[in-house]
Amino acid sequence: MLPRAEFVHWWFAGGFVMLALLAAAELVVGPDVWAMRAWRRYLWPGLMFLMGVLLWPVMTFYTNSTIHMIAHGSWAQVLMLAGGAELGLAAGKLHSQWWRLTSALAMVVSGAALILHEQQHWLFSRAAFLHHAMGWWLIAGAVFPLLRSFRPRSVVAASGWAVVFAVVAVMLFADRDTAEIFGHLSQYAGVPHR
Amino acid sequence: MSADYAHDSQQHVIERSETRSLRARVVLALGPATMLTGIAWAVIQPYRLTILHPHAQGFWWLLSEPPLYVVLAGIVFRLVVAPSLARDVDAAAR
Repeated sequence: MLPRAEFVHWWFAGGFVMLALLAAAELVVGPDVWAMRAWRRYLWPGLMFLMGVLLWPVMTFYTNSTIHMIAHGSWAQVLMLAGGAELGLAAGKLHSQWWRLTSALAMVVSGAALILHEQQHWLFSRAAFLHHAMGWWLIAGAVFPLLRSFRPRSVVAASGWAVVFAVVAVMLFADRDTAEIFGHLSQYAGVPHR
Repeated sequence: MSADYAHDSQQHVIERSETRSLRARVVLALGPATMLTGIAWAVIQPYRLTILHPHAQGFWWLLSEPPLYVVLAGIVFRLVVAPSLARDVDAAAR
């Protein structure tokens, strides 16, 4: 009765669309206008924290293997850490900009977990391809929150931050449990479906 | 209370009649653009919407309608985030 893994990926993709929209809006108006209303400051950190919390049931119910459990558990932890740190900054409880490094850490850990827990090669199936692609994308994308820690008002960092979320959303929406990628699908992957 | 409401309502009308800044327009356009993206996706890949062929589909398949998630995100952003953000960016610009 559990939902398929692809359904869970699509739900999280919806969350990433929302994160991308919020990041894009903050980029358009600038951090000062964005911070004019207190509730708005909590929006994307709160959503990120919530996504971290929601990864715990994913870890619990989709434990196909130890490496899956470690991957999902580490995502949950680093997303909650990053979301919590940004919430602390938004609330004024934390003051150091270095807390923003937790977002870069979250992306590097998530990317590494994606790559490490995908045991098949790139062209095994679409899901395998997307796990590899998302992993490397997140590791490369970590440069934007890293840059944001040093230069909080950088337009490049804010733009990259929004683009990273948008691309992750597209990749998660494209994920299917069993589907071909560039015409390749391993005979061991199972029966494809639309 | 009614006087306050009338004042707020009048203020709202005045604000709407004023010319919006480019940034405010972009903010207000983000939600509809996202909705259009979701609709375009549904047109290009209608099989991603199980609600269009619901017979013999289980609960999770009927709940999982990815193009509608994109539309929903656009609606939420447009209704919850964009209005006050557009007002604030205009106010900051004055």
